[in-house]
Amino acid sequence: MEDKPGKKILLLGNEAITRGAIEAGIDVATAYPGTPSSEIADTFSHIAKYFTKQKKEPPFYFEYSTNEKVALEIAGAASISGLRSLTCMKHVGLNVASDTLMTYLYIGTKGGHIIVSADDPSCHSSQNEQDNRYYALFSGAPMLEPSTPWEAKEMTKTGFDISEELKSPILLRTTTRLNHTRGTIELKKIQKPKKKGYFEKNPFWITTPEIAKVRHPELLKMLKNAEIISEKSPFNKIIKIGKTSDWGIVTSGVAFNYIKEAAEDLNLNVKILKLGMTHPLPNKMCSEFIKSCKNIIVVEELEPILENQFKTIAYDIGLTIKIYGKGTEHFSRLYEYNLDIVTEAFSKIFKVKNPIIKPNISNVKLPRRSPALCPGCPHRATYYAAKKAQPKGVIYPTDIGCYTLGREKPLEMADLLLCMGSNAGTAGGLAIATDDKVISFMGDSTFFHSGISPIINAVHHNHDIVVTILDNRTTAMTGHQPHPGTDFDGMGRPAKKILVEDVIKGCGVENIEIVDPNDIKTTTKAYKNALAFKGTSAVISKSPCILLENRNKRKRGEKIKIYQIDQEKCQQCKTCIGRFGCPAIYYEEDGSINIDAQQCNGCGNCATVCPFEAIYIKEEV
Amino acid sequence: MKKTNIVLTGVGGQGVITAASILGKAAVNAGFNVFVSEVHGMAQRGGSVNCTVRIGDVSGPLVPNGSADIILSTEPIEALRYIHYSNKRTKIITDISPVIPFTVATGEEKYPDIKIVFKELKKYGTLFKIDAVNHAKDAGALITKNIVMLGALAGSGALPFKSDILLKTILENVPTKFKNVNKKAFELGLKSIKK
Ligand code: SF4
Ligand code: SF4
Repeated sequence: MEDKPGKKILLLGNEAITRGAIEAGIDVATAYPGTPSSEIADTFSHIAKYFTKQKKEPPFYFEYSTNEKVALEIAGAASISGLRSLTCMKHVGLNVASDTLMTYLYIGTKGGHIIVSADDPSCHSSQNEQDNRYYALFSGAPMLEPSTPWEAKEMTKTGFDISEELKSPILLRTTTRLNHTRGTIELKKIQKPKKKGYFEKNPFWITTPEIAKVRHPELLKMLKNAEIISEKSPFNKIIKIGKTSDWGIVTSGVAFNYIKEAAEDLNLNVKILKLGMTHPLPNKMCSEFIKSCKNIIVVEELEPILENQFKTIAYDIGLTIKIYGKGTEHFSRLYEYNLDIVTEAFSKIFKVKNPIIKPNISNVKLPRRSPALCPGCPHRATYYAAKKAQPKGVIYPTDIGCYTLGREKPLEMADLLLCMGSNAGTAGGLAIATDDKVISFMGDSTFFHSGISPIINAVHHNHDIVVTILDNRTTAMTGHQPHPGTDFDGMGRPAKKILVEDVIKGCGVENIEIVDPNDIKTTTKAYKNALAFKGTSAVISKSPCILLENRNKRKRGEKIKIYQIDQEKCQQCKTCIGRFGCPAIYYEEDGSINIDAQQCNGCGNCATVCPFEAIYIKEEV
Repeated sequence: MKKTNIVLTGVGGQGVITAASILGKAAVNAGFNVFVSEVHGMAQRGGSVNCTVRIGDVSGPLVPNGSADIILSTEPIEALRYIHYSNKRTKIITDISPVIPFTVATGEEKYPDIKIVFKELKKYGTLFKIDAVNHAKDAGALITKNIVMLGALAGSGALPFKSDILLKTILENVPTKFKNVNKKAFELGLKSIKK
């Protein structure tokens, strides 16, 4: 929140977006956390908390909403009331919010509203790599696409002006490589927020069929105006590399960075049409560009969205120009690009030698190092107990969160995953389709996000399933954000805590088992009961995320117990390592089993599962 | 047209991301153009982590194959995992303490002989082995291991700016009560590579 215009600092792409919104005088920001978008929301949250802590009112309102759709509706209504608003989410989050989005574009808005979509080419931390630029074309939302953190901040800021001028929400489409890149930005003056808006009653806000019919032409009119802005936008520009040439490259987003460097490294003579406002395209500018070239290369990650539009524009102006890209198979529709990929493609197109040397490859076989549930994670205990209750003939639909990591050996407690909130729905389908027992898993944040309505469906139709809610009091995977089950909110203020069990009861579930998973024996029994019950039962497994719990313990000055294995008593049965599978437990070179004191988080569950009482507390640190 | 490409690797939870971001901030303080690429989300739960820092005349954060000036690793096999970034002139600076992946712990896979790992690393660049765990302990806190590694990086002479700037940036980014521990960790790292 530094108000030092001119100062240059290093910011993460996501932080730069938040900074841009603050400089633009943001009033309302909402989000549901999701990698790679989380730090946009977290930065708003940190700033708000900082004010709350000092008993001052934060300069803006911020919330982690229950899901992306709610987030869009909250900020949308604030924006309709004239306030500057921002909503951020990961790409698949926009699927959840898309129902709202599609009609929101019909009615438009008043205060600037930026919807940030953080796409994830290469699926670094997602279930798919969908290209959300289609949402701009689909809904009619004008769209900006930054290439660097610097641009991300500037576009966010300017985006509010564009949104207000067009009276339409706009999309800011980013990708992981931008979200999680740190780059220099220049601080500019912070504009004062409005604080209070005004809702002007107007029948146009009510999208009944007859209103929708008159609003659709307005949406198309807005897009015409947006095109005029796009033609003049400084974000759409031509950059010359080397000497004047009739080779043109068209690009947007982070791909631009690779093109520039590759063209320089290969000493190419090209002009780059770098598009920052990619919906609607500046048709005139693009036509002129095509006319000035003999060959065009379109470089964009994922779908051929620019490429297809350029082919259309070329057709419309009667030119049959060569367009290289995905159509000519020089570029892939898969995964994110990098300098190597772009240099390789250019060297083929321009028939020059690729200067990047062949990568060194070592013949030494390295073990995989995949992420795992943390040592001491309470989910491991829940999984262990569920498996113990019935080791075979059970299918485990899972959901999005840390607990997906339970798919790994030795637990292997994840069999089917579609998207946020899908576990109980798929559980019902599996119960109908097979003779197997079904135990599904979801976290508490997922439960509040979209996990409730499938449970109501299951109860109503009497699906014979066990739904587990792993209630660890946080949104652990994305960085421990609060949710409706915590007693504080994203601004650090006290908040009404909603208990999972109260909601489950309200859903009509008759058989509810509430357990502490660290009591493995009772939890196993609870699963046995739940499996025996005909119909929908719920196991609510309550234990805080151990990372959060240990952090809080340290803050309170409490010590953490570290466990050790008594080599005299250990019978090498391998229960702790081969079945429970805490990653802090390992084999010594001589084959004996030991606990890595650096990694042990002191849950004590290995001591419980050990049949020979060989595991004991070594020290408290 | 000078570019400095640094690849930082290690295991989630070892402070690799923090080290990369501090290094980036130091480069800004030294007046350079810089890009840092980070990993967030699932990878942090004990997975293999790799960040890149590019300083100078660059337009993005990703280091091309065979173009790393330095590979700085907080774990030996993680240096080898990202060896495709190396060329003959690459300085490979690694901590010597293995962190056992859980696939090895459960007996599914094997951790290679550490001597072979070091021999292999030597094949691809100039190898510097740092006992960062012990230096960090000597400094007073194991979690300063990443700072020991930054010290070693500064000591390698591969950075385009003075080590004082890096140290100053580190101290600006840690809580007051940990300043001394971090300073000591940095200095131990710096010395460890010089001798
Ligand atoms: S962060 Fe918390 S919930 Fe996630 S794996 Fe670690 S202990 Fe479990
Ligand atoms: S007490 Fe045992 S199970 Fe818990 S974290 Fe430590 S080693 Fe792992």
